[in-house]
Amino acid sequence: MKKNNQRSIPKRVPMREQSAKERALNFNEVALGYGPEEAVAEASRCLQCKSAPCMRGCPVEVDIPSFVSLIAEGDFDAAIKKIKEKNCLPAICGRVCPQENQCEKFCTLSKKGEPLAIGRLEKFVADHERESGKISLPKKKGPTNKKVAVIGSGPAGLACAGDLAKLGHSVTIFEALHKSGGVLAYGIPEFRLPKTVVEKEIDFIKKLGAEIKTNIVIGKTKMIDELFSEGYDAVFLGTGAGLPRFLRVPGENLNGVYSANEFLTRANLMKAYLFPKYDTPIKRGENVVVVGGGNVAMDSARTALRLGAKNVYLLYRRTEEEMPARREEVQHAKEEGIKFRILATPKRFIGVDGWITAVECIKTRLGEPDESGRRKPVIKEGSDFLLPADVVIIAIGTMANPVLLEATPDIELNGKGYIAVKKNFRTSKEGVFAGGDITTGSATVILAIGTGKTAALEINNYLLT
Amino acid sequence: MFKILKKEKLAPLVFGFEIEAPEIARKAKPGQFVVLRIDELGERIPLTIYDFNEKNSSISLIFQEVGKTTRQLASLSRGDFIGDVVGPLGKPSEIKNFGTVVCVAGGVGAAVIFPIARALKKAGNRVITILGARNKELLILEKELSSISDDFFITTDDGSKGKCGVCTDILEGLIEGGQEINRVIAVGPAIMMKFVCETTRPHGIKMIVSLNSIMVDGTGMCGSCRVTVGGETKFCCVDGPEFDGHLVDFDELMNRQKMYLEEENTSLKEHEAKELKKGKCGCKRDK
Repeated sequence: MKKNNQRSIPKRVPMREQSAKERALNFNEVALGYGPEEAVAEASRCLQCKSAPCMRGCPVEVDIPSFVSLIAEGDFDAAIKKIKEKNCLPAICGRVCPQENQCEKFCTLSKKGEPLAIGRLEKFVADHERESGKISLPKKKGPTNKKVAVIGSGPAGLACAGDLAKLGHSVTIFEALHKSGGVLAYGIPEFRLPKTVVEKEIDFIKKLGAEIKTNIVIGKTKMIDELFSEGYDAVFLGTGAGLPRFLRVPGENLNGVYSANEFLTRANLMKAYLFPKYDTPIKRGENVVVVGGGNVAMDSARTALRLGAKNVYLLYRRTEEEMPARREEVQHAKEEGIKFRILATPKRFIGVDGWITAVECIKTRLGEPDESGRRKPVIKEGSDFLLPADVVIIAIGTMANPVLLEATPDIELNGKGYIAVKKNFRTSKEGVFAGGDITTGSATVILAIGTGKTAALEINNYLLT
Repeated sequence: MFKILKKEKLAPLVFGFEIEAPEIARKAKPGQFVVLRIDELGERIPLTIYDFNEKNSSISLIFQEVGKTTRQLASLSRGDFIGDVVGPLGKPSEIKNFGTVVCVAGGVGAAVIFPIARALKKAGNRVITILGARNKELLILEKELSSISDDFFITTDDGSKGKCGVCTDILEGLIEGGQEINRVIAVGPAIMMKFVCETTRPHGIKMIVSLNSIMVDGTGMCGSCRVTVGGETKFCCVDGPEFDGHLVDFDELMNRQKMYLEEENTSLKEHEAKELKKGKCGCKRDK
């Protein structure tokens, strides 16, 4: 491989993936990833810019040029160590981060061609380490004799717990479900994020010293004040925003109408796609309508397809331009045969004998921009049309779950019902910090990881001063 | 893992378990439930907490064998473990001195009513209990309920014990007889709760029901348990399980309870086939 003083930049090394036809019939991971040679070739495209603009786009400040240059040299063990200095969950981030809006967006190469495939390289070294079985642990600080309770084992909680453990604190994570991982376990499907990958990264957090207690709902099984009286010195809330939103149109409670959270939880967490080997059932629709345009909508549509649907329609009230989903996910969904019905929204759900049979939709057009800056959909009167459906999945976002918030009225909320935090991630309750979706509303895995990490530093300051 | 400390057979296909669960026992209040999962392959099902004993660090659950999961649960014995139990979930019952409260229990609904009725009695209420079942074999917690009730009635569909008929016959009789009733609480099959609500509605008596909808997580995450109450969608797990019975859309609830009947049959058949292979079937165990 030539050094990077060459004039013409080599093209981005493509990543192998399962063909659309093949993968639409199975739950195996879509992306097959780079092999060592491909990784070295791709890493060698890096210009090693002194100013490292890519790092500006990384919410957890991974030293990207250094780990990429280590891959180019073929030292994969050192490369993963470099990433793990900042990011405890690289195999997850390499798969689900929206790199195109982060590190890769700022890559100098993108001015002349395709940016460096930073995400794929991260995935490659993380997988390389996991598959080799030689997982090295970073240096930990000596014990501080301080105890921290982390509520929720999703991305924010795991990242916060990992960093607190490295700083020498004793950390316990409390998880409401029977399995840890939060949205990584119940939400993101196997074909995008294999559960064995999630389990291994959680094992790493445990190896750093964090203990995980499942089946404990803070606010029900245990209260925050009890945690303090049990000797915890600080609490981090990373409970996520998990209460599904519904459309509030007639017929929404017909049988066969799911929230995306329910559909994905059944499929991913409960493994309903393997029913009856696993006990949890799920409706396998022939004509499935998914409402929404985010990553969760794409995940739902692609899951329904893999469960054997003949037609999966994705109904979105704006255009593809405004879809919050990653381009890559939209592309994958289209390749697999998901039928996009943009500029339309459900008016009501029609059923026979209590079961959904069709969605009555109405067309929309784009009006003036709303507070999110996106143009607001406006109903086109008289443009109704019907879509046949025996399963409908509503994927229009989530809100704050009330369980913990109702049990802890002394934690102040913001105008949108999420936990109000100051710059240092402190809530209005002494010793209680919060991060991730419960403070921001639905966002990305990496943003939650970012806030979890920064909160860990703030908690560290709080505990040691 | 949660250890089964005690197992009891209360009626054909109805079992009681005492389970070691110190953290849940410490927090449980009447009206709340747990979600359990037997093992790695299992589904999550909600079961009401029948009793809780902080000293023994245990909770008691009563369930009826209706499908694969409850059949598998019934095959467990003392000393066995249940993989996951989480709780207490849902809002506790409102316990105050209301005056006279009629508690109406149908079938295994008695297990839900018992801790509520006991707490209401302790709070100073006059408690009238109506316990109904299809026949006398299916009556459970008769002694327990009668011991905490000021008045106690039994009805069976076939007249094998108590009054022949349904719960609402007794309730109607009480109302028509001029009995002052400040609140009625009904727990049982959805259809029975619906009829109790229709009985009290014309009299404007405050009516509480505890709903048994299908759940997955039980913590507000999935919306599987949604139910229409007063025209609004509520989540049974976090907003309930108790609601004003006069506002509940029971037809929708009953429809939603049927969502997985087909799959439940498949699951049960597979399980039966496996049991047969192993040389054990439900009938032998019953003897």
